[in-house]
Formats: sequence, structure tokens, C-alpha cells
Amino acid sequence: MKLLYLTIVLAPLIGSFFAGFLGNILGRKATHSITILGVLISTVLSFYAFNYHVLEGNDAFNQNIYTWLAFGDLSISVGFLVDNLTAVMLVVVSFVSLMVHIYTIGYMHDDDGYTKFFSYISLFTFAMFMLVMSNNFMQLFFGWEAVGLVSYLLIGFWHHKESAVEANLKAFLVNRVGDLGFLLGIALVLMYFNTLDYVQVFNNLNNIAGITIVDDWSLVTAICILLFIGAMGKSAQVPLHVWLPGSMEGPTPISALIHAATMVTAGIFMVSRMSPLFELSETALMFVMIIGAITALFMGLLGIVQNDIKRVVAYSTLSQLGYMTVALGVSAYSVAIFHLMTHAFFKALLFLAAGSVIVAMHHEQDIRKMGGLKSKMPITYWTSLIGTLALIGFPGFAGFYSKDMIIEAVRYSQLPYADWVYIAVIAGVFITAFYSFRMFFMVFHGQSRVDKHTESHLHESPWSITIPLIALAIPSAFIGFYTIEPMLFTGWLESAIIIDPSHASMEILKSNFISALELISHSIVTWPFWMMFLGVITAWVFSLYRTEWADWIKNKFKGLNYILESLYGFDRLNEIFFVNGFKRLGEFFWKVTDAGFIDKTLVNGSAKLAGFFGSLIRPIQTGFVYHYAFFMILSLLFILTWVLYSGENPLLGLPF
Amino acid sequence: MISLSDYLILSSIIFCIGLVGIFINRKNIITLLMCVELILAAVNTNFIAFSHFLGNEAGQIFVFFILTVAAAEVAIGLAILTLMFRNRGSIDIDITSSLKG
Repeated sequence: MKLLYLTIVLAPLIGSFFAGFLGNILGRKATHSITILGVLISTVLSFYAFNYHVLEGNDAFNQNIYTWLAFGDLSISVGFLVDNLTAVMLVVVSFVSLMVHIYTIGYMHDDDGYTKFFSYISLFTFAMFMLVMSNNFMQLFFGWEAVGLVSYLLIGFWHHKESAVEANLKAFLVNRVGDLGFLLGIALVLMYFNTLDYVQVFNNLNNIAGITIVDDWSLVTAICILLFIGAMGKSAQVPLHVWLPGSMEGPTPISALIHAATMVTAGIFMVSRMSPLFELSETALMFVMIIGAITALFMGLLGIVQNDIKRVVAYSTLSQLGYMTVALGVSAYSVAIFHLMTHAFFKALLFLAAGSVIVAMHHEQDIRKMGGLKSKMPITYWTSLIGTLALIGFPGFAGFYSKDMIIEAVRYSQLPYADWVYIAVIAGVFITAFYSFRMFFMVFHGQSRVDKHTESHLHESPWSITIPLIALAIPSAFIGFYTIEPMLFTGWLESAIIIDPSHASMEILKSNFISALELISHSIVTWPFWMMFLGVITAWVFSLYRTEWADWIKNKFKGLNYILESLYGFDRLNEIFFVNGFKRLGEFFWKVTDAGFIDKTLVNGSAKLAGFFGSLIRPIQTGFVYHYAFFMILSLLFILTWVLYSGENPLLGLPF
Repeated sequence: MISLSDYLILSSIIFCIGLVGIFINRKNIITLLMCVELILAAVNTNFIAFSHFLGNEAGQIFVFFILTVAAAEVAIGLAILTLMFRNRGSIDIDITSSLKG
């Protein structure tokens, strides 16, 4: 099995090397064949691993492969821990990655950076595998940073666009803030456990119960919150979410792969992996839940006022990540992973469909300039309909099961403020339905607002784009129905996730669950269903039936509109407080510390001091030989006199 | 019999003549060189006198070295002097103060 896992990880890496270093020699066709082959191998083997671990129920694989570094009695290894949780992630990551690789052939075909792009996405796949298969914190951190690096490279892929360069810098910097927390969390783990291996840490949890650090902060809470700050950066939770909408500057395939389906869910995966740790701290769980609820509700609201097709989907991603985080907070880790999985499929689908529309529209992204595309692009239309229905949680589709379970889990949670969070996630359903269908109607239905020139070229995208759409539409529609029961209730993830008995949400969910079919029929009497229904109706009214009403509301509630369009002012706050603050701080260090103290005082100061003493002695040096001779003789006289009349006299023994 | 102190007095006189020549000479570099030779001669006298009266030949060998060095020094000094005269048109001491700090 060790060889198999190594192959899963290394196949995309080798593909990436070929594409990156030999891409220009090999040509486009060979490049995409090699990288796709690499990912295909990983995908097939991932499905095999999934079958081996999850379906056949074999034991988890946990083995160190290679000693990365060793100092003192600490050694850090590269190792793989493949259990059911990892196997699920492997399947999701490799499948979506494969689809995106294929899609890229069509999407990037007229781009100069074709081979470079393939190299990057394969490298990303490698890094993501390293992250999910890691068996220790250090390798997790390696994967964490590596996916961040590739994300940075890909957001700024079109580096001639200034906005893309700004966006990738922003993504990189915001992620560093999260990483600081993450690294501190890892440092605390290392300090108190003296190991970074997951299993060893989880086995020694009793040792740290009750330890407090700084003022009465429980150590577990501190570790959990610090680790979660890392997750907040990567999984774009408020207030570290600001980079994700900007990441839409990158090409659409990576928005689908990195900024919707896989990388941004790394935080969710990490918290699930750390479930034994998080279960020990009620405070940390509450923190997680509240941050998630804020993200789910308020980021969804922003989706309503966006007009860029990719940004709407980006805000929807933020909101859905918020849902997953809420699920983590209420100890429903398996539900979070379940939603992660369904979301990966339908959100990748939505992004790729958006990309298909963008290609057809000649890189026009404003939904106000679209409309009536239904008849022109039937495959894109039907697949995005499936994706949108899955996103809003229409009964029967994948998102319905996962989202419904999250909402139910919150309802049964005993944590403080869980009732408020319940209201937030219910309201979130309405908002999700509203913005999703608003976009859907504006793009595909109603009057065409496309300009004449573009309209004459409008046609369905080529096979390399439609095949991934169809391949992703199938799981988006059905995967929830088929996997809800084994994944949540009959133990696919049980061995990987530990839940404290006092957090009873999952237990109650389990006892209430009858069958996937029953959930559909029951949904008609639940709040989420009607909120969703209301959302779709509202979207229809505002974007198709009475478009002038939307403008009327916009004018009536100028203040609210302003708040939403300025994105709650997070960007401005960051600009004023952090950017300008650091600029000031930098200026202080530059002008006062560097230019003032180091340059003026230390460097020039010591030279000036030497110069000053020099100027004191300089008058003696007249340049006249007789002056020098005079001084020499005077000095000689002085020294001789001193030698003669001071104690030991070497001349005294002479015979004269 | 000439005693050691006679030699020493003589060399002191020669030394002082050389020294004073350096101090009060404001005119000519050749004079300066001659004064340096006088000083060296005084030292040589001392060496030979001590060598003789102490019965140690090392002093006389020293004198040979000093004579050689002095000869070389004069040769170089005169060469510099010639060049200086060619470049500046004068060997006046008062104008040779370009090393003034």
C-alpha cells in the first residue's frame, strides 16, 4: 500500500515537472496529456484506496516514509496517514482536479501560458494530496503553504493585469495572518507534547487536560483557537475572508479547483482531523461556530449585490464555507465533510459553468450584459441548473442533504448561542436561493442584453468544457442521496472522528434519521424548504418579473445598499488600519531607525568621530621636514630622560 | 691615550652639528642630506668606539651595514632630488610641504 500512496502523491508532481520544465519542448498536446495522465493515475488509485479503506473497512494506514529533519530527540518525518477521512478527501480532490485538468484544455487553449498553467494545477494537486495524507503537523503545514503558494501563483497568472497582481498579493498576505496563528498552534503542540505526530498527540491528550497558560487560558482552547485561525485564513472565514473574492482575478479553472472545491476546504478538513483536540474545548467550538455563522449569513448577503458572475459564486463559496464551519462548531464533523464533498462537486460545476459562459461571452463577466443564454448554450444551461439546485438545497439534490443536516445539527446543539446560529443558517438558506437564482435568471433567462457582435458568435462550448460539466453534474445531483446514510450514520467516518459524548447533535441526528427518501418527503414541512422556495420566488420577481422593483428597493434603502456594496467596509478597514498602519510603522523604521539612528548616528557618526580627532592632531603635520625632525629629537630626548631617571636603568652598568 | 669619553664627546659634537643643521636649515635639501650623513657618522664613531673598548666586533660589522645603507640612501635621495628639481624647478625646502595635513 505504501507504494500506492506514494504513486498517488508523486504522479501529479512528475506531471508538473514535465509540464513546467519541458513544456516548451514537448508542446501543448504532450504537456496536457502527461499532466492529465498523472492526475488520472492518482484518481484511479484514490478510488482504489477509497474502496480499500472505506468500503472494505480495512485499517488505516499510518507510516513514516522518510525522515525529513531530526534534531535533538525530535524527528519530523514525511509520512502518510490514510484513513477513511483521508480517503474521502482523496477521491474528492483527485476527481475535481481531473475534471479541471480536462476543462483547462478548452478554457485556456488560446493562452500563452498554457503549459505553465498545467504545471501549476498539477503541482497544486500534489500539494493538496500532501496536505490531506499527512500524518503529522509539519507535513500538514508544508501542504498548507504549498497550496497557498500555488494559489498565489495562479491568482496572479495573468500578471499583466494590475488587479490580478494586487489580488494575489492580498491573498498571500491575508493567508500569512492565518498562518501565523496556525504556526503558533503547532508550536504549542510541539511544546507540550514534544511530538508532531497526530496519533501520538491524540493518544496523549490526557496529559494536557487542565493546563492553563497566560491568564487562565486553557491550553487546549489556546491550541484549538490558534489552529482555527489558520483555518480561518485558508478557508476564508470572517474577518480573513477578504482575499477570496479577489482571487476571482485568476483563470476560472483554478477558481473552481482551488478557490471553491479543494484548497479553501483545507481548513475544514484540518479541523475535522483535529476533532479529538477540538472536542476538549467548548470555548473553541463556540468560537468556530459563531465565526462560521457570521460568514454564512453576511457573506451570502453580499452575493445579492454583486454583478460579476464569478464574484457571485465566490460569495456563495464563502457562505457555504461558513456552513461547513458551523457544522464543525456543533461537533458534526462528518456533516461538515459531507457538505465539503457535495459542495466540491456542485461548486466546481457552477464555476466551470460560469467559465463556459465567460468563454462564450468573450471574457465578459457582468451578468447585466447577459440574459437569454438558455437556447444558445443548452448543456451549460442544464448543468448549471443542476448545480444551482444543489447549491440552494432543492430536495433530492446533493446540497439538500448536506445543508439540511447542518441546519438540523445546529438545532440540536447544546452550545451557548446555538439558537442564534440556527436563525442565521435558516436565513442563509433564503439568501442562498435568492442570489443563486438571481444570477441564474439574469444569465440564462429573460431578454438578451448581449451586445450584437458577441451575440453573433454565441455558441455552446467545446467538448473539453462540456464533458467535465456533465461529469460533475452527475454527483451534484445524486451523491447526497447515495452517501448520506453511510457517511453520516453508518460509520464511514466514525473511526477518524472522535466526538465527546456531551455533544449530542450527531447522536440525535442519527436517531431521527430514517432514510434519504424520507428526508425529501419530510422536507416540505421544514423551514429550510420554504425559505428556499421563498428565495427562488423573490429572485424570479426581482430579476425577471419586475426588474424595476429591484431598482426601487435599491433607491429606497440607499444606506443598506451602500453597506453591502462596500462589502461591510472590511477592505477599507484593512486599508486604513493595517495597510496604512504598517506603512506608518515602516516609515518610522525607515526614517527614524534606519536613516536617523543607524545611518546618521552609527555609520556616519563613527566616521565623524574619527574625523574630529583627526582635526585635533592635524595642525602638527606641517609638511616641513625640520619640524618633523624637531619632534623626533624632542621625543627622543623625552624618552631617554625617562629611561634614565626611572627605576631600572639599562645604561647604568656601562663602563663610563 | 685617547679615552672612550673623548670619542663620545667627539661623536656628540658631530651629532649636534648634524641636528642643528637639520633644524635651522630652511633653504636647501642637499644640506639636509649632508646633515643626515653627519648624524650617521656620529653614530658610526660611537659604534666603533664601543666596539673597540668593549672588545666586541659586532659593532664594527654594524658600521659596515650602516655605511652601505647610508650610501644607498644618498643615492636614492639625490635621485629624488634630481627629479624634484626637474618637476618643480627648485629644491627649496619651504615649498616642499605638500604632505601638510
